[in-house]
Amino acid sequence: MEIPYAVKARPDTGLYNAKVGIWLFLASEVMLFGALFSSYILLRVNADPGTWPLHLLNVKLGALNTIVLILSSVTVVFGWASLKMNKFGSYKVFQGITILCALTFLGIKSVEYRDKFHHYEVQLKNNTIVDGHIDPANKDTNFFAFESARTVTNHAELMSPPEESALKEIKVPMSEIKDRTDGKGKEIENYGPWHSSYFAIYFVLTGLHALHVIGGMIVIFAIWGPLAKVWKTDPERYTNRVEVSGLFWHFVDLIWIFLFPVLYLL
Amino acid sequence: MHETTIEQAAAGDGHSIAEAKKHMRTYAIVGVALAIGTGLTVWAAFINFGSREINIIAALIIASTKGFLVAGFFMHLISEKKLIYSVMVCTVFFFAALMFLTLMSMQHDNIVHMR
Repeated sequence: MEIPYAVKARPDTGLYNAKVGIWLFLASEVMLFGALFSSYILLRVNADPGTWPLHLLNVKLGALNTIVLILSSVTVVFGWASLKMNKFGSYKVFQGITILCALTFLGIKSVEYRDKFHHYEVQLKNNTIVDGHIDPANKDTNFFAFESARTVTNHAELMSPPEESALKEIKVPMSEIKDRTDGKGKEIENYGPWHSSYFAIYFVLTGLHALHVIGGMIVIFAIWGPLAKVWKTDPERYTNRVEVSGLFWHFVDLIWIFLFPVLYLL
Repeated sequence: MHETTIEQAAAGDGHSIAEAKKHMRTYAIVGVALAIGTGLTVWAAFINFGSREINIIAALIIASTKGFLVAGFFMHLISEKKLIYSVMVCTVFFFAALMFLTLMSMQHDNIVHMR
């Protein structure tokens, strides 16, 4: 059965159905991310004074990822405009760059995630806290070895990034680390989603966004590669597919434009 | 045949080839504006305006402007059909309602404490 108005616009709406469909889907996506932004606001406003981190994430990497996504949005519209001008070769180049940008974004994000999972906070029996990055290759059962860390006396000091000069290699004997009150091991915790409300919402928001990047990249790649033969048989349908996948990609960029200042800068 | 189809597609969507070329220039300018906006966002975040609230407002204004550029030009919202605008109006209404409820919940006087 032929799906109606898959290529030509409906006379009453002036739109082909996929375009209406993607806009309705994006509307639901706005509410999905809106609910999470709402959670962020509530968590942040209700956080106790001095417990919400500021500039703890790598701002340079966040800004670089923003530029990468902006570049990918430009190449998506360039690709679509190239098809409108009947330049399939140019489209292939531009969308190829889009896919590379998507991979770059995910690569940078995984570096940031890795950094947080190797960032540990250890509470000592003398009530000081050692906080820093470990070398995962350096494992010792008697010591907890930090590659670069600082010692602080309270949690509030951990809410802002350390001076480079304050960081040094520290080896903490396991016997000096405080036991957990529930008796399940020592007070050792990395900066995963379980660390604090901030990192919980950070991982949820950026993780969900990353899933969207992966999904968008797969669709763009499928249209760019395996489905490219449709261009020869039905170029108008192919151009519409590129436009619809592009609308989704721009939405992913739009979300990141708000995530970057909210999570990295404010 | 092949070229005609594409041209017809372009014309049918309100985009001639010449228009598509013109649009590419616009897209490039918007891309540069977004990159500058990103630099501005970082710069504004590290400036002491005297109050944290002003930093937050400045960042949200810049982000909203960038969002408008992406939605308006890359997603063609500045020249869309009426149905898309209807979908957007509904979305904005429900998003605003969500944010309004969020702000209302922060008014501690309004919280009903359950026993």
